[in-house]
Amino acid sequence: MIAIVFCIALGATAIGAPAGASQDDTNATASGPPVPPAPAPVRQPDGSVADLDAKLVVCDPDAPPVSGAGVTSIFEPESPPSREIRELGFLVFAICIGIFVVVQGFLVLAIVRGIRSRRAAREEGASAEPTQVYGSVPIEVAWTVIPTIIVFVLTMVTIRTIRDIDITSPPEDALEVIAIGHQWWWEFRYPDEAGEVVTANEMHVPAGRPIWLRLESADVIHSFWVPRLAGKMDLIPGHTNYTWFEADRAGIYLGQCAEYCGTQHAHMLIRVYADEPEAFDDWLAAQRKPAIEDPTVAEGRRVFAEYACLNCHTVDGTSDGMFGPNLTHLASRDTIGSGFIPLNRENLRAWIDDPAQLKIGCNMPSLKLDAAELDAVTDYLLTLN
Amino acid sequence: MQWAISVDHKKLALMYIGAGLCFFLVAGLEAAFMRLQLARAENDVIDPETFNQLFTMHGTTMVFLVGMPILLGFGNYLIPLMVGARDMAFPRLNAFGFWLFIFGGLLLYFSYLGADGLYGAGTAPDVGWFAYAPLTSRTFSRGNSTDYWILGIMVSGFGSMTTAINFIATILCMRCPGMTLMRMPMIGWMMLVVAFLVLVAIPILTGAQIMLLLDRTLGAHFFDPETQGSAILWQHLFWFFGHPEVYILILPAFGFVSEIMPTFSRKVLFGYPLMVAATVGIGFISLGVWAHHMFVVGLGPVLDSFFGATTFLISVPTGIKIFNWLGTMWGGRLHFTTPMLFVTGFVAMFVIGGLTGIMLATVPLTWQLSDSYFVVGHFHYVLFGGTVFGIFGAIFYWFPKATGRMLDERLGKWTFWLLFIGFTLTFMPMHVSGALGMPRRIYTYEADRGWEIWNLISSIGVPVQMAGVAIFLWNAIRALRRGPVAGNDPWDAWTLEWGTTSPPPEWNFDRIPTCTSARPLWDRKNPEDPDAYYE
Amino acid sequence: MGGAGMTALPANQEAGATLRSPLSRAKVGMACLIFMESAIFSAFLVTYLYYIGKSPDGPQPLECLELGLVLVNSACLISSSFTVVIAVRALARGAMGAFRFWLALTILLGIEFLVGTGYEWWGLIEDKGLTLQSNAFGTNFYSLVGLHAFHVIVGMLMLVIILVLSIFGCIRPDRDHQRVDIATWYWHFVDVVWILVFTLVYIVGRVPQGAPAS
Repeated sequence: MIAIVFCIALGATAIGAPAGASQDDTNATASGPPVPPAPAPVRQPDGSVADLDAKLVVCDPDAPPVSGAGVTSIFEPESPPSREIRELGFLVFAICIGIFVVVQGFLVLAIVRGIRSRRAAREEGASAEPTQVYGSVPIEVAWTVIPTIIVFVLTMVTIRTIRDIDITSPPEDALEVIAIGHQWWWEFRYPDEAGEVVTANEMHVPAGRPIWLRLESADVIHSFWVPRLAGKMDLIPGHTNYTWFEADRAGIYLGQCAEYCGTQHAHMLIRVYADEPEAFDDWLAAQRKPAIEDPTVAEGRRVFAEYACLNCHTVDGTSDGMFGPNLTHLASRDTIGSGFIPLNRENLRAWIDDPAQLKIGCNMPSLKLDAAELDAVTDYLLTLN
Repeated sequence: MQWAISVDHKKLALMYIGAGLCFFLVAGLEAAFMRLQLARAENDVIDPETFNQLFTMHGTTMVFLVGMPILLGFGNYLIPLMVGARDMAFPRLNAFGFWLFIFGGLLLYFSYLGADGLYGAGTAPDVGWFAYAPLTSRTFSRGNSTDYWILGIMVSGFGSMTTAINFIATILCMRCPGMTLMRMPMIGWMMLVVAFLVLVAIPILTGAQIMLLLDRTLGAHFFDPETQGSAILWQHLFWFFGHPEVYILILPAFGFVSEIMPTFSRKVLFGYPLMVAATVGIGFISLGVWAHHMFVVGLGPVLDSFFGATTFLISVPTGIKIFNWLGTMWGGRLHFTTPMLFVTGFVAMFVIGGLTGIMLATVPLTWQLSDSYFVVGHFHYVLFGGTVFGIFGAIFYWFPKATGRMLDERLGKWTFWLLFIGFTLTFMPMHVSGALGMPRRIYTYEADRGWEIWNLISSIGVPVQMAGVAIFLWNAIRALRRGPVAGNDPWDAWTLEWGTTSPPPEWNFDRIPTCTSARPLWDRKNPEDPDAYYE
Repeated sequence: MGGAGMTALPANQEAGATLRSPLSRAKVGMACLIFMESAIFSAFLVTYLYYIGKSPDGPQPLECLELGLVLVNSACLISSSFTVVIAVRALARGAMGAFRFWLALTILLGIEFLVGTGYEWWGLIEDKGLTLQSNAFGTNFYSLVGLHAFHVIVGMLMLVIILVLSIFGCIRPDRDHQRVDIATWYWHFVDVVWILVFTLVYIVGRVPQGAPAS
């Protein structure tokens, strides 16, 4: 009975209109949060607008995909550590397949022979039990020694790979980036004598250069996992970890938090943008500039200051709140809400109006702005390129 | 009423198993709801707070309120019968332990009603079954749900400890004349090692939970990183308990297989001394592998390598057992009754689970696969395909002994095949979605990562399993009412419990038997070829 | 289908032939309990060791922990192990008066230990400001020493019950000597743990501020 109910429920969700099943239109369904639409046009550092996918096509015709089954696959490495892991994985998998075939083969064979033997005994009317075999020293020694050897080989190979990947000092020419985990967003900092760059959720790195990532946490344990770039590493409060990767080619690499960190653990997505080196330098320079002061959105800036937004959010030159993501260059990003809501006017407005509608349990409160204030502050934030 | 005040090990055992099966249904429902939510990407059937409670309660219930009581319950039932004793060493302690377990379980579930949190959220515990700090601190787990988790498990943990003391004392002191340790049924050895593991591991968890409780209620600084506390310390303590715990959950199932498989192969267990050595070896090594749950915590290459090596090592004695079971089947006359189906399925599924375990022991591979659905697939293969299949095999095998009635074979086969198919549908695809980058404990996922199809298949397996369980319940109820009478020894088996009536009288045996070999009843039935010659 | 054990089993024919296990259930049970308690103490001992030197702020071990009173307490506790052995030997001999005397002395020594510990804690809280919440040292000190003190109380309760039963004439040397002996194993265990705790807390752990343990 319960099974039938379950099936009906399953069918209902499959056939019905859940959020996200259709990727075409922006709409707010009557029940549930607004449906995030397909990725929207993106502002470039120089102010021009380009389509996200088109930009990639222009930059690199064979850039890695950003959606579909391989996008976070551990078998599609684009970086030395994940490549080494895949090689090791193939070896281990091959050994395991071999063991599987042998063992299950014997099992099947034993079953077939055993059934036949019983049938034959029954037909003959034999009443005696089959020959009792209590053990066999040579066989038992064999199946102790052979697995030990296999395991020893695996251990040696494993240790070698550990030493290759689990390095304790940065590779040569590495760019250091600091990732700080928060409930439920990522803070990225680029230490530099010219001035530290602070951004959130979308990490830009130069392709072809090692990245030495320092991992810290502001609250609970998180885990940084971008499968195509490297294995995961935890962000533990009170304990600094390090990991490294090097993106082979320019493109966008996706990942998400991989250690349960509370209500919205599922929506702590990571976007790593590997840019061509010159494009990365441009991006970094643009991020280093203070916030754009556009006079046409003065009203929005006033709302931002008056409504305590600046207590949590830093906008360089205007405020320095530490609790929420740095918004100085918000409009240069593709997404909000830590990677799962495309950034456009409609979504940003909805987010500011009531973040819990889009990301229930999120720490940002709704400040109950009225429509005019909402429009003003949205317009203001969209100028922060 | 007689049951409520009983100290008879058989009644207590049946209560343990019955309560465990009730919790099994509850935890199964919790899982069903999760799979409903995860069947489609970006689904909104279940909100994140509820989902997080579901996976926490599902894991906690299955480990502490299903696995432990059912397996220890079987030990409670079988050990005195199999060693030829009249009861456990400490019958009143036995009863005390049972009621502690019940109280602990009910306390945990009371959280659904009793605990309160901020914004009305977090009623049942929602910190995951391993409750990592500092998510469990007062700051991040407001309300009392985490306290319910701590206290419920602590109390039922005391129950497990008393059971373990009983097992050891009974096995070491109360075996019947002629039963040396090397003539004891394999279940005896398994339960002995399990009891030692319980005595080592559970107090560590209790200690850690006391520390957490002090942190939460009295402002102590054990796991609180803001004041030099260490979140990693919790992980070390928890997993030092947690890894032996999973061996506690699998070893009794190994014992069931070691009794059931010989009976239905009509052959003695192959290589008894090596099986004993492997069991003891697993017990020891399992105390040295715990940090393989922490490979992504940043312990450093030395510790990672060490624990990788010990984890690889433990696969050797485990493999030995599989081979010995194969050796038992080989050359036998196999009779595929329902118990035999379940233990054969166990072997097949456990091989898969063990092999994915080897993949996870490969430390760098775990750096990718840890905390992903690959791990979920792995441990369900060993805990469901292993422990749960073993439990079902044991239920079908010993039901006639405990109740005097036979379960229906046809319904039993339906149960097996439905569970087998449903289980495979649900858990095999998880290895794929894990390798495609899907992390654990997420209430929803993006549609464009290619995970949806695998999740949908997993969810489709749920009603199939439900049907199997439903048929089993129907089978059991029907058999209790009007099943065919079983007699002393319906399976023509060889251990001592089959030498007494079904169900046994309260005093187990009219006269304490004498044991002449590892298979006392075989010697009786085959006087021309007794086992004793070969020992 | 045959009665219980009648036809199917080779029944034990000789009435007195049982497998005389050298281990008694009570001994095994107590050994298991002690084993279990050792495990939980290990968790707290290891945690204490881990946190040595990791309290930069707050009261420090070197300034808080004084050896005078605690040495007296320890002497009492250790000697109570000897007195309880004498008591058990008296019981074996049947000297009930001596048994009760030495048992009472053991309990008094235990009470001294608890009172002394309480007095020490009073001083630490009032004068030094060391509480469970003050820093990692405070957390670990009170939980480890407190866990031990709790076990001392439990052990003492056992001894008190035995003493009371003995006063009411319920203890008989022939029947109960072994049982009482096994009960005192717990007391000896509590003593041994104290030696470990004392060494860790008052000797190894009394390091200057901020200095990590070797």
